[in-house]
Amino acid sequence: MTDSGKPLAIALQGCAKTFPDGTKALEPLDLAIHAGETVVFLGPSGCGKTTTLRIIAGLEEPDAGGKVLFDGVDVTPLPIEQRNVGMVFQSYALFPNMTVAGNVGYGLRIRRTPDAEIRARVAEMLAMMQITKLADRRIDQLSGGQRQRVALARAIAVRPRALLLDEPLTALDAKLRDTLRLEIDSLLRSLGITAIYVTHDQAEAMALGDRIVVMEHGRVAQIGKPREIYQRPATRFVAEFIGTMNRLTGVLQGGVFTCKAGTLAWAEAPRQATEILFRPEDIRIAESQETAGLHGTVAAAFFLGDRTRLFVEVGEARPLVVESTARRDFGHGDAVRLAIDPRGLLVL
Amino acid sequence: MKHRGLFLLQLGFTLLVSAFLIVPVVLSILAGLTVNYFVGLESGLTLRWVIEVWTGYRDTIFLSIGLSLACLAVTLVLGIPTAYVLAKRQTALTRAIEELLVMPVAVPGLATALALIVTYGGLAGFRTSWLFILVGHVLFTLPFMVRSVLAVLSAIDLQTLEEGAASLGAGFWARFRDIVLPNCRAGILAGSLMVVTLSMGEFNMTWLLHTPLTKTLPVGLADAYASLRLEIGSAYTLVFFLMIMPLLLGLQAFAKPRPTKFVAEETE
Amino acid sequence: MRRDVRRLILLLLPAGIFFAAFFLLPMAKLFAIGGSGKTGWAAYAAILTDSSYFGSLLSTLGVAAATTVATLIISGISGVFLQRHKFPGNGALVAMLTFPLAFPGVVIGFMVIMLAGRQGLIGQVTQALTGDKLVFAYSLAGLFMGYVYFSIPRTILTVMAAAEKLDPKLEEAARSLGASPWRVVLDVIIPGLKPAFISAGAICFATAVGAFGTAFTLAAKINVLPMVIYTQFTLSANIAMAAALSFVLGAVTWIVLALARTAAGSTVAAAG
Repeated sequence: MTDSGKPLAIALQGCAKTFPDGTKALEPLDLAIHAGETVVFLGPSGCGKTTTLRIIAGLEEPDAGGKVLFDGVDVTPLPIEQRNVGMVFQSYALFPNMTVAGNVGYGLRIRRTPDAEIRARVAEMLAMMQITKLADRRIDQLSGGQRQRVALARAIAVRPRALLLDEPLTALDAKLRDTLRLEIDSLLRSLGITAIYVTHDQAEAMALGDRIVVMEHGRVAQIGKPREIYQRPATRFVAEFIGTMNRLTGVLQGGVFTCKAGTLAWAEAPRQATEILFRPEDIRIAESQETAGLHGTVAAAFFLGDRTRLFVEVGEARPLVVESTARRDFGHGDAVRLAIDPRGLLVL
Repeated sequence: MKHRGLFLLQLGFTLLVSAFLIVPVVLSILAGLTVNYFVGLESGLTLRWVIEVWTGYRDTIFLSIGLSLACLAVTLVLGIPTAYVLAKRQTALTRAIEELLVMPVAVPGLATALALIVTYGGLAGFRTSWLFILVGHVLFTLPFMVRSVLAVLSAIDLQTLEEGAASLGAGFWARFRDIVLPNCRAGILAGSLMVVTLSMGEFNMTWLLHTPLTKTLPVGLADAYASLRLEIGSAYTLVFFLMIMPLLLGLQAFAKPRPTKFVAEETE
Repeated sequence: MRRDVRRLILLLLPAGIFFAAFFLLPMAKLFAIGGSGKTGWAAYAAILTDSSYFGSLLSTLGVAAATTVATLIISGISGVFLQRHKFPGNGALVAMLTFPLAFPGVVIGFMVIMLAGRQGLIGQVTQALTGDKLVFAYSLAGLFMGYVYFSIPRTILTVMAAAEKLDPKLEEAARSLGASPWRVVLDVIIPGLKPAFISAGAICFATAVGAFGTAFTLAAKINVLPMVIYTQFTLSANIAMAAALSFVLGAVTWIVLALARTAAGSTVAAAG
């Protein structure tokens, strides 16, 4: 087991979880995680993503019948301390009674590694995370971002077979989150380690995941590469949880979709649909010379600098979200015409 | 101006309350060092009464010290694991256990002492030994140790810290030694001070549990107050103050609210 | 995890065995003995039916109630004041007010004697002023004074801790809405401190009901229940009556604390 050692393949077989109070946190789940890939569990709170991670870690036992396999070996009865997985917690779980170096070296001390070796490895980890100068600090003297780096260094120091990250960036502010996301990404690539990452932030999931597992109510809603999940969502839940989705209701007949706002030509339309979905980037404000079929009025306009986000009232339950890069001012009540790229249309 | 008046009024009141608490302490210390308290300070200062107390009652002092340390040892062994379990599992059962544990404090010491006497008074060797008093003291002080440790354990995210240690390969005993004990050190220390102080001063139970050969310091104090002159009672009280002073100062330091540390998020 | 549960039970076992052997079992025995006297189980009703016991009960509860009210008012004023106003000498005042934190009851009794006893300060002062010596240490009034003395330090600490957690913005909000300082005290500070008052008050009350050392030091004649129990046990050797009375006394104290805990919504630590 070294940094470059063979990464671990993880499989879940029929893993369900019912808590003592009767809540069903997880429906029976089968999942194969390939060696060396980064899989992101994504979903709203209470969807079962953290429970799944804790079952893999060995912090929770699956209900009877469920199995966790590491490289084909059944590890279900092993507690976490015998699974050799690195874990990064949302609250970091750094030991306040130890210094930064003490935290990073703790796993090696437990493994009775010789002192000199511990010192060398700790120094290497601190250097890698660029926190060498913090080695002797106490945990309560660290900022959130620094704590996160210590937590990562500590988890990696023991050369785990897999790295499990439970919402590691949630406690940080937005700007820091972006920086650390980049760092985690390059860290995971350079280690080549199997990583499982739990988050409710879709941007994080898109950026980090080789594959994303979208979960809802204890079930897997969809598994796929980020692009597939975004462009070809399998369910309405996935479509609306990830990114922004616009919706129009109406009648589809002979390649023409008719709704309250007007008509829309769609050559490759399916047989029938009463509702079509599309992303904000596939709809735009039509130029004056175009013949666009949809009409609406601006309900609200937010100038974001590089673009303007418009909420356009088209007689549906929710206004359409339109991102416009046009160099013009929009005001409440302005009448606009809308053009939709048919390649972005979805029926679910 | 109105607010200033209110401030002075409150300050005056608070000074009065402080005087109520501290004046008798000062009076009793003076009385213990005065040749004749009835005559007053003019009669001169002396250590005679203190020496008289020391020669007559030093056994009670040593017994109380030994008893409180033994009590501390037992409450540490019984209390820390109990606090750990109570912190770890918050169920109806553990709440009931916590409730039960506090009962010897809620129930008057007299009742507990009577109960112990009617149950174990027949075991002559036990009844006349200092262990009999120790049992009472442990019952009475155990909840303070448990609560003190429990308060600290509940304030830290024990579950996650332990999970963190487990994820690094630490088994149960390693976690207990490396994570749980060091992180509840403040609670153990505060609890220990409380246990020793309370054991040193316990009278309600001890008065019934003691025998002529197992007199503790407060029992001796009560004797002295009842039968001897005021100066000796005062000198004895003075000795008692000297013994518990460090404990009280320690307790005060813990009771004081500590300033919370603030760490600014560094821009990275 | 089943293995974890087994381990936790094992950790609880030492304290559990100790507690069962030296508290639960003796208490059960005490209860049984309380019903074994000449009057049988009626002994448990004697506290209400026997006029002298009932009188003791009333004076015990009376002293306890008075102690609670006085302590809460005194500690409430001084505690909030010391938490709110930081001035030079504040720390010294807090130190003085909390110094007697763990004085045992006997010593408290002696402090009352130093103040209000035959050679006490109050007696000397009143004699110098009026010619009459005011001595009240050896009565219910002295006992009341002792219990207040005992309760002030811990109550002030509780009040200060609670006052520290009060959000000053609530007061600012009330003032911005036009509330006078008195209304702020009435509408914001007192409701905010209520849980602390309830829990601290319950402890004052329970202590005053069950304490024995102070009364013992002051006078054996003070007619409160702990003293009655003590005389029944030692002088009259009426163990059954002593057992019944102390069991009732224990139950009363415990119920008061339990009620307060429910009312305060948080845990109430009792203290002796």
